[in-house]
Amino acid sequence: MKEMMTKPEKFSIYWKQFVRELDNFGYGSMGIVALTSVFMGAVITIQTVYNLVNPLVPLEAVGIVARDSIILEFSPTMMSLVLAGKIGSSIASEIGTMRVTEQIDALEIMGINSSAYLVLPKVFAALAIFPFVVIISMFLGIFGGWAAGTAAGVISSSEYIMGIQDSFVPFNITFAMIKTITFAFIITTVSAYQGYHTEGGALEVGKSSTNAVVYSSILILIFDYVLTQLILT
Amino acid sequence: MIELKNISKSFNGRNILENVSSSFEKGHINLVIGGSGSGKTVMMKCMVGLVEIDKGEILYDEQLFSGLSRKERTPFRQQIGMVFQGGALFDSLTVEQNVMFPLNMFTRMPIEEKRERVNFCLQRVNLANSNKLTPSELSGGMKKRVAIARAIAPNPSFLFFDEPNSGLDPQTSIVIDNLIKEITEEFNITTIVNTHDMNSVLEIGDKILFLFKGKKWWEGSVDDILRTDNKEINEFIFASKLAKAIKKV
Repeated sequence: MKEMMTKPEKFSIYWKQFVRELDNFGYGSMGIVALTSVFMGAVITIQTVYNLVNPLVPLEAVGIVARDSIILEFSPTMMSLVLAGKIGSSIASEIGTMRVTEQIDALEIMGINSSAYLVLPKVFAALAIFPFVVIISMFLGIFGGWAAGTAAGVISSSEYIMGIQDSFVPFNITFAMIKTITFAFIITTVSAYQGYHTEGGALEVGKSSTNAVVYSSILILIFDYVLTQLILT
Repeated sequence: MIELKNISKSFNGRNILENVSSSFEKGHINLVIGGSGSGKTVMMKCMVGLVEIDKGEILYDEQLFSGLSRKERTPFRQQIGMVFQGGALFDSLTVEQNVMFPLNMFTRMPIEEKRERVNFCLQRVNLANSNKLTPSELSGGMKKRVAIARAIAPNPSFLFFDEPNSGLDPQTSIVIDNLIKEITEEFNITTIVNTHDMNSVLEIGDKILFLFKGKKWWEGSVDDILRTDNKEINEFIFASKLAKAIKKV
C-alpha cells in the first residue's frame, strides 16, 4: 500500500489509465447493474405487497419500504457484491496474467513503479465512479418497483409515488455513499493484491480471481454490518 | 561494463547462487549457460534488480547498483533493456504503443519524434509496417522481435536477454541471434544472454559463463569451450551425438 502511494512517474499516463478505468468500471458495468437493479426493485415491491396483510397499513408504505430498502441496503451492498464479481475478478485476472507473463517485471525493469501504475488508477477510478453507478442503481431499482407493482396491479402508480416521496431522509443517501466508497476501496485493493501476488500459471490466475471475489464479498458483508452499526445506531 | 563481485542468493535456506564473480564487457555478447536450476535466471534477475542479492556487489560502469533504493536506481533503469522469455509485451497495447511505452513514460519527445524512433526500432528488427498489430496477432518470433524493439527504443547501454530462442524454430532462432549480434555491435551495448541454445553459444558468444549448481564453473571464449576438458561443461554442451561429432571435428 505504501509503495502504491508514490508520486506518478508521468501524470498524463496515469490520467489516461484513470479515464480508461472509469469507462471500464462505469459504462462497462452499466448493463449488469441496470438489469439487477430493475429486477431487485420489482421483487422488493411485490414481496412487500404480499407481506402487507394488515388493512390498516396503507399501500403507500410499499413505496416507503421499497425506497428505503433500495437506498440503504440493496443498491450500495448488493451492487457492490455484483461489482466485486464483475470488476474484482477482472482486476485480479488482468494483473495476475501480467504477473505470470512477466509484464510486471518488464514495467519494473523500465523503472516504473508497477504497483502504483497498475493499481492506483483503478482505485481512484472506482472511488470516483461507484457512487454514480449506485445512484443510477437506486433510480432504476425504484423504477423497477413501480413498473412491476403497477404492471401486476398490486399497487397503483399514485400510491407508489406517494410512498417514495413520504418521510424521505436525505442522510440515507449520505450513508449509502459512505458504504459505496468503502466497498469500492475494498474491491479494488483486495482484487489488485490477489492479482499482484499471483505466482505460477493460468491455474493460479484463476485461483487469484476467485479469491478476489470471495475475500472482497466477505469484507463487504463485514464492513456493511460495521458501518451500519457505527452510523445508524 | 557490468561487474559481479561474489554475489550470493538463497531462497528459503537453499543456495541458488554462491559467490559468483564475473565481468561483462561493453560491445560484447556475454552468454550465461547452464542446466535448468543452475541459477541463470536468478542471476539475471539479481543483475537487473528484480531480485535482491544476499551478499556481494553488482556494479554498472563501476557504479554500485546492488543495495540501492528504487529511487536511486532510476537513472540505471533507463540504461537497462530486457527481453523476457515470452516477450512480456503489454497485451492491451498495439505493437507501436508497446515500443513507444518507455519513451512515453520517461521522455518529453514530441509525438512525431517518438513515432520516428518507434519506426526506426521496428525497421531494425525487420517489422516495419506492423505498428497497428496487437500482441495476440504476432507469432512467437515476431513477439521476441517487438520485445527487442521495445528494449532498444530508449537507447540502453545494457541489454539482457532471457532465453531469447526458447520456443522458436531453428531458422527464427538464427534471425534472433543475428539481430542480437548486430544490435550489440551497432549500438556498442553490453549484452548478456541466458541461453540453452548451443547454436547461439557457437555463433554469437564472445564470452561464455557456465553456471553449475549456482556456482561459476567455467568461463571463457567459444574457442576455449571447444577445447576444454571440464567434465560438466562437456556433458552439458556436447550432450547430443551431433554435438560430440562436431567437437571431434
